[in-house]
Amino acid sequence: MLSVENLHIRFRTGDGLVHAVNDVSFSVDAGSRLAVVGESGSGKSQIALAIMGLLAKNAEVEGRIMWDGQDLLGTSNREMNRIRAREIGIIFQDPMSSLNPYMTIERQLTEIVEHHEGMSRRAARARALEVMDAVRIPDAKARLRAYPHEFSGGMRQRIVIAMALMCQPKLILADEPTTALDVTVQAQIMQLLQDVQSDLGTSVVLITHDLGVVAGFCEDVLVLYGGRVMETAKTMALFDQPGHPYTRGLLRAVPNIEDPSDALTAIPGSPPNQHRFPVACPFAPRCADVVDICRETLPQLRDGRACLRPIEELT
Amino acid sequence: MLSVQNAYVEFRVAQTKKWPWSPAGVVHAVNGVSFDLEAGKTIGIVGESGCGKSTLIRSVAGLAPLVSGTVTLDGEQVEYGNRASMQRLRATMQMIFQDPIASLNPRMTIREIVTEPLTFFRPEMGAADRKAAALAMLERVGIPPAQANRFPHEFSGGQCQRIGIARALVAEPKVLLCDEPVSALDVSIQAQVVNLLKELQREMGLALVFVAHDLGVVRHISDEVLVMYMGAQMERAPAADLVRAPQHPYAKALLSAVPVPDPNVRIAPQMLEGDLPSPMDLPPGCLFASRCPHAMAKCIKARPPMVQRKGHEAACYLLDDASKKPEPSLIDG
Amino acid sequence: MIGAVKRRLNSATFADERAGEMVASRSFWADAGRRFLRNRMAVFSVGMLSVLVLFAIFGNLFSRWSFEEIDWNVLGRIKQDGGPSLENGHWFGVDELGRDLYARVVQGTRTSLLVGIIAGPVSVILGATLGALSGYYGGRFDRTVLGAYTIWLAIPYIIFFVVWQAFFGRSMSQMILVIILVNWTAGLLIVRGQVMMLKNREFVDAARMLGMSDLAIIFRHLAPNVLWVVVIYTSLVIPEVIMMESLVSFLGVGIQEPNTSLGALLSEGASTMTFGTLWQLGFPAAIFVLAQVSLFYIGDGLRDALDPKER
Repeated sequence: MLSVENLHIRFRTGDGLVHAVNDVSFSVDAGSRLAVVGESGSGKSQIALAIMGLLAKNAEVEGRIMWDGQDLLGTSNREMNRIRAREIGIIFQDPMSSLNPYMTIERQLTEIVEHHEGMSRRAARARALEVMDAVRIPDAKARLRAYPHEFSGGMRQRIVIAMALMCQPKLILADEPTTALDVTVQAQIMQLLQDVQSDLGTSVVLITHDLGVVAGFCEDVLVLYGGRVMETAKTMALFDQPGHPYTRGLLRAVPNIEDPSDALTAIPGSPPNQHRFPVACPFAPRCADVVDICRETLPQLRDGRACLRPIEELT
Repeated sequence: MLSVQNAYVEFRVAQTKKWPWSPAGVVHAVNGVSFDLEAGKTIGIVGESGCGKSTLIRSVAGLAPLVSGTVTLDGEQVEYGNRASMQRLRATMQMIFQDPIASLNPRMTIREIVTEPLTFFRPEMGAADRKAAALAMLERVGIPPAQANRFPHEFSGGQCQRIGIARALVAEPKVLLCDEPVSALDVSIQAQVVNLLKELQREMGLALVFVAHDLGVVRHISDEVLVMYMGAQMERAPAADLVRAPQHPYAKALLSAVPVPDPNVRIAPQMLEGDLPSPMDLPPGCLFASRCPHAMAKCIKARPPMVQRKGHEAACYLLDDASKKPEPSLIDG
Repeated sequence: MIGAVKRRLNSATFADERAGEMVASRSFWADAGRRFLRNRMAVFSVGMLSVLVLFAIFGNLFSRWSFEEIDWNVLGRIKQDGGPSLENGHWFGVDELGRDLYARVVQGTRTSLLVGIIAGPVSVILGATLGALSGYYGGRFDRTVLGAYTIWLAIPYIIFFVVWQAFFGRSMSQMILVIILVNWTAGLLIVRGQVMMLKNREFVDAARMLGMSDLAIIFRHLAPNVLWVVVIYTSLVIPEVIMMESLVSFLGVGIQEPNTSLGALLSEGASTMTFGTLWQLGFPAAIFVLAQVSLFYIGDGLRDALDPKER
């Protein structure tokens, strides 16, 4: 349904080019749940913005983003607006960035359908009530007339999800949807996303840094580092036997509340320098299993892993 | 080493005034929190955003006014109005902050940043000694001294947090207050910083107060954990015990929601219904009562005291009643 | 002796020490300087302004006439004989009273630039200091300052010039003083806003954890962080102040004759425009425009070089 092919994203900045995304490919099937996992600087959010056509002006994009047989990178603004409104919903980390503080919730929910689907105001209102119920906002009727600031952070994120659902999109892109929220609220929102996904059969791409959230939600995982895909696998397989030293390091570094041991295993070193296009494995400087060849050759994704060393030899 | 008894913090908010002459509203940010900390130990303070955990340690540090309560540091009660007492407090107790980049002055080189505390707390040192001490401290936290003349923006977030740690520890304090020190960092870097803090704690015999919202991190670094809600303490227990068997209903709900990085584990987050009370108009009873699934009539009347049970201390009437006959729940009747 | 120095230069520790200093990186200001130098128009304008400053200082050396001397030969025949001429030494011609316009333009440029270069920065420093204190302390002090600011803006500033000069005369120093007093609000709001934003940054808390006093925090930690705003703002206020001086001089409440300023010269030139002595307007106007345009481009270059958002 959605397929990203050889995507490159570069930014022209005052300090020269920044290579944010380097040759990333993946696809999303109808009704699936994919997690794109990465730390800051991995390029995960830029991929989401590229799909939505919302990249900053100083970006250079290469590659293809195919959506229903159409390359989104070549699409006109007008067509992109239609796709954004009707086919792909997006949820950002900060709900206030998607909500207009001067408009009632009702207006914000109904505007899209009235404009893009020509729905009557009454029908749009009925639909808004429906999605408000679907995202479990209590007392929906009364709260339609409220403004965003009258809601708590968790409720606002529900409203953003409701907005994303208004047009029954085929795909929801959720960019760190729970990072700004407390754990109890995070659990509710993830539960909600899961229910919505299974009830409506929408595909979800969850962009996150939190492996804990991924474990409970997604079927497939794509691990990014330094703008490149390190590993892609089924969630179960990835957690059982991670195939890339970075994934292994990441899993060991996550503080697990169930784990009684005291030590956290850190990945030494700092995030990669993105001013040069990677000519070798971007993770090599921090890798525990690094051999000389890793510093010279750029590993390609093979059998779901971009690592030059056989999986049996990894620590 | 550090003892905080019955701390209360309030803020006045002028924006709520109806008329210029009407009294300002009062937000009750911290409502009666106590804890003790020994040298070389760590207490973790957890709670959701807005629960007053940062405000608590900021007021202990003297950055926010403590309305009532006593803080005893190294056997001496701190007088927050007294300059000399405050300067002794600051020499003994330092702080690291949430945003590693914003906590460093962008116009100063990192050597200047790390040297600055020495000019205040070690005035007897010569300039050359101060420079040497600062470089040694930077090296200890993993910043090559050759980079000491650089400016903060040339370092990554994790490195900036290391520099912040170097600044806090260069004058060798005994207590380090950590205000969400790793929540702005990536997972792989977060573990580096946590491990560094633990090493330094061992070497210097530091007492750590570690405020965070991530229970996983807190569990790994703390000996004891304090759970806060609406500015009040809900439960205090050794870290392992708290995670294994929380006693307070709020602590239970909080722990049930923590995601586990293992697809074979299904968490069953406990959903909390109901609204939070307004911090400007606190109810007389238990602050969690409005969302508590076990709320009883007496929970609404008076605030439950901290009671001991199985090595835990929790502010809940349920613990009192566990041995006696249970009172009917509000929801049932 | 030399051997010892050589050995020291070759020793490993010395090399290490030097290497340590080598990675000293450029400060924010060095970076900004580099960006400024890349801006051709701004650098050209700095050159232009320098020429004007040199003209104001040394222009007299090339003048055969003083700025107050009347050339009786051309008086009465100004339209015919008073134009720019190499023969009688009136490079720019003469004014309506037969005084050498070149000497007067030099004098006027000196007044205008002096007013701009002294009154501009001083009033910004005044406003910025008040703004910084107001933003840092907030509360009642902040409300009082803002109240005074609002009231001040509502009063037409010409009144101050008229009243001030009625009491204290129309000398150059009084002119500068009154401009500073009228402009005390310059930079106040923008610095206040910056300080309000910066004071919540955690490095301020870190400084407070050292026991630093409020004033030390404002001047040691906050001031270097708002200096870029102050510099940009000053570059905007200088042409504004020159304009203000010219305007009041144009309206006749400016500097005392025979001293003059670009504004006064423009005023005189404009009043005789219809008599066919256009040089009387043209020369002062050209200098004035040149000064304003180059100051504008310098300000523009500073903004590009210093504003973090522009990068």
